[in-house]
Amino acid sequence: MSNKLYVPGTHPDLPPPSNTVGVINWLKSNLFSSPTNTFVTLVCLLFLTQLLPPMFNWLFIDAAYSGNSRQECVAQGSGACWAFISERLNLFVYGFYPIEERWRVNLAFCLLLVTLAAVLWDRIPARKYFLAYACIFPFIATWLLIGGLGLTEVPTSDFGGLMLTLVIGVTGISFSLPLGVLLALGRQSELPIIRVFCISFIEFMRGVPLITLLFVASNMLSYFLPPGTNFDLLLRVLIMVTLFASAYMAEVIRGGLQAIPKGQIEAADSLGLKYWSTMRLIILPQALKISIPGIVNTFIGLYKDTTLVIIIGLMDPLGIGRASLADPAWLGLSIEVYIFVAIFFFLCCFSMSRYSLYLEDKLVTEHKH
Amino acid sequence: MSFTSTSPNVLLRAWNNKETRSVIIQILAIALIMACFAYIIRNAVINLETIGKDINFDFLWQPASYDINQYLIEYNSRSSHFTAFIVGLINTLLIAVAGIVLATIAGFLLGVMRLSDNWLTQKIAYVYIEFVRNVPVLLWILLVHGLIIHSLPRPKDSYQLANTFFLNNRGLHSPTPDFQPWFWGVVGLLTASIVFAWWFKRYANRVQQQTGNIYPVFWINCAVIVIIPSLAYWLLGSPIEWKIPSLQGFNFKGGMVVRPEFIALWLALSMYTAAFIGEIVRAGIMAVNHGQTEAAYALGLNSTRTLKLVVIPQALRVIVPPLTSQYLNLTKNSSLAIAIGYMDIVATIGGISLNQTGREMECMLIVLLTYLTFSLLISSVMNWYNNHIKLVDR
Repeated sequence: MSNKLYVPGTHPDLPPPSNTVGVINWLKSNLFSSPTNTFVTLVCLLFLTQLLPPMFNWLFIDAAYSGNSRQECVAQGSGACWAFISERLNLFVYGFYPIEERWRVNLAFCLLLVTLAAVLWDRIPARKYFLAYACIFPFIATWLLIGGLGLTEVPTSDFGGLMLTLVIGVTGISFSLPLGVLLALGRQSELPIIRVFCISFIEFMRGVPLITLLFVASNMLSYFLPPGTNFDLLLRVLIMVTLFASAYMAEVIRGGLQAIPKGQIEAADSLGLKYWSTMRLIILPQALKISIPGIVNTFIGLYKDTTLVIIIGLMDPLGIGRASLADPAWLGLSIEVYIFVAIFFFLCCFSMSRYSLYLEDKLVTEHKH
Repeated sequence: MSFTSTSPNVLLRAWNNKETRSVIIQILAIALIMACFAYIIRNAVINLETIGKDINFDFLWQPASYDINQYLIEYNSRSSHFTAFIVGLINTLLIAVAGIVLATIAGFLLGVMRLSDNWLTQKIAYVYIEFVRNVPVLLWILLVHGLIIHSLPRPKDSYQLANTFFLNNRGLHSPTPDFQPWFWGVVGLLTASIVFAWWFKRYANRVQQQTGNIYPVFWINCAVIVIIPSLAYWLLGSPIEWKIPSLQGFNFKGGMVVRPEFIALWLALSMYTAAFIGEIVRAGIMAVNHGQTEAAYALGLNSTRTLKLVVIPQALRVIVPPLTSQYLNLTKNSSLAIAIGYMDIVATIGGISLNQTGREMECMLIVLLTYLTFSLLISSVMNWYNNHIKLVDR
């Protein structure tokens, strides 16, 4: 040990204590730190060794990736039959959208990606123009998907598959946020009638399952419209899903609004700001920032709820899967279909929740505790 | 207010005054809402007249003439639509209660695992939670149902436990109890011992507050509640006879059967909700400052008492409100039963009855009102509980 003298603050860092580095020590402190812990670890390991290898074998090793019927799959191995998925992939993605028009779906999807980039990534160059573009994107996409004005018209009953999920999800997400903000403000309003109306709307929507609302939309809505109106089923579903999600959104945002100290409103009042300016410039930016996790959770919930449309006969990936399982050549493959759709939903929802974590981190303006 | 009163226009002046403005806005809002409702009702009346329908609940008393595969009260195809509705309601409540119990147990387990010191347990819980909650619940229900139907054996090759429980793709067959008269004596004794346990707990609390002596209340009460009734059961000559299911022909006869639809829905809803509850529990426990535990230790409480008297009560305050909304979600998600043919309220009155009678308005109204009643009931109970446990500011 040399007794070299250092000016305070210049001593080089010492290596970490030897009992905290290395694989063995890591195992010791994280898996085998006490008899109970060792026991728990062993039980977990036993569980994993029982579960994972058979699952892995079924999913990948024994699986059949090509073939024209279930018999061919069974001949290739005892595992999953992915041939069905690869054979029907186009159906899963586009539904019954006419084959020669599918470029329009692809184009709309690419435009959606550009829009998402503009909205989600704030360092994109010339973001102002991109955002302006994002505002007109819904109209472009509607035109591309439905047609008219020079394009062949495609009835919405042909929409299906992942494309339908994206249509419902994206529309619901983009309309439920502003509507939710309005409802939340209405619920906090000083005008009793507006408040009562907003509260009853929110409580009604949150009190009943989405599926009953979808039933109402598909069975009963025609009673409440002027005689002879024929209202597109997809549009009805879109409206119901949006209204449903906006009620949940309103509650999330109300939580954010309640967390803003009253002094903020009073300060804005004393500066002479009107109600809408106060809300737009002072209250909402803070309230929305606090409620980001809840908002994204509502988005994820909405996105997952799009699967319920199969119950009223729309063909989302799950619906397509169940319908194509009726094909005698492919009977009994429901597990594969469900796993495929589950992976798709997992990827979408998991990335949404990761993005919300990133956003939370980025928007923290106070010191972290 | 001088600048408003100088304005030449009366309307503009009224608009610039805060009170009159709020009145104007509200009158406009009422007018708008009323107009919308009037329009909708007018349309409904015209539409119903055109097809010659009226709103009428008499159909509820007509025979339903369809079968329900799971009923806890007397039901057959000659029963009325109203009975079918009650059967569906009971089925919904059954799945909700069973689901809530299992989801709570599994959820608390997951939450604790997520906070465990053990790296492996923690990661297993993390992967489970992330995977389960990012996939739609409908998909889980269908997947579990598919797994049960495809992977369980036919009745002939059932899995069995001690020749009394049989598991196959038609469901779980188990014995049914047949209560003899003396059995109610045992029930009476059980009630009496529970009352005694409750009294003893209060007595022990009083003694502890006066003298500081602590009785082992938990163990004594357990002993009283378990031992006395079991002893009585044995002495009275086991007054329950079990009807054991047996394989006859292609299926089991005797005993009762828990149908695969119920098992699938129950497992899927519970595992899905458990993932959410796990995260809620984790957040709740993490919300209790570590200083609280240290303070309790400094006061000389042991770790069990610290957990019971200091950590859990504070964590519950954070856990309960979101937990309630998960319970409500589970109840509402149970309406997805229709996808696998479990006959809940949506499938009976909102499904088959609706299609048979063509009375969409009435049936949907009943279903919507039932769910609304559930939610309002559960949330008012929870609000009461929240007020009961909330921090009292002094």
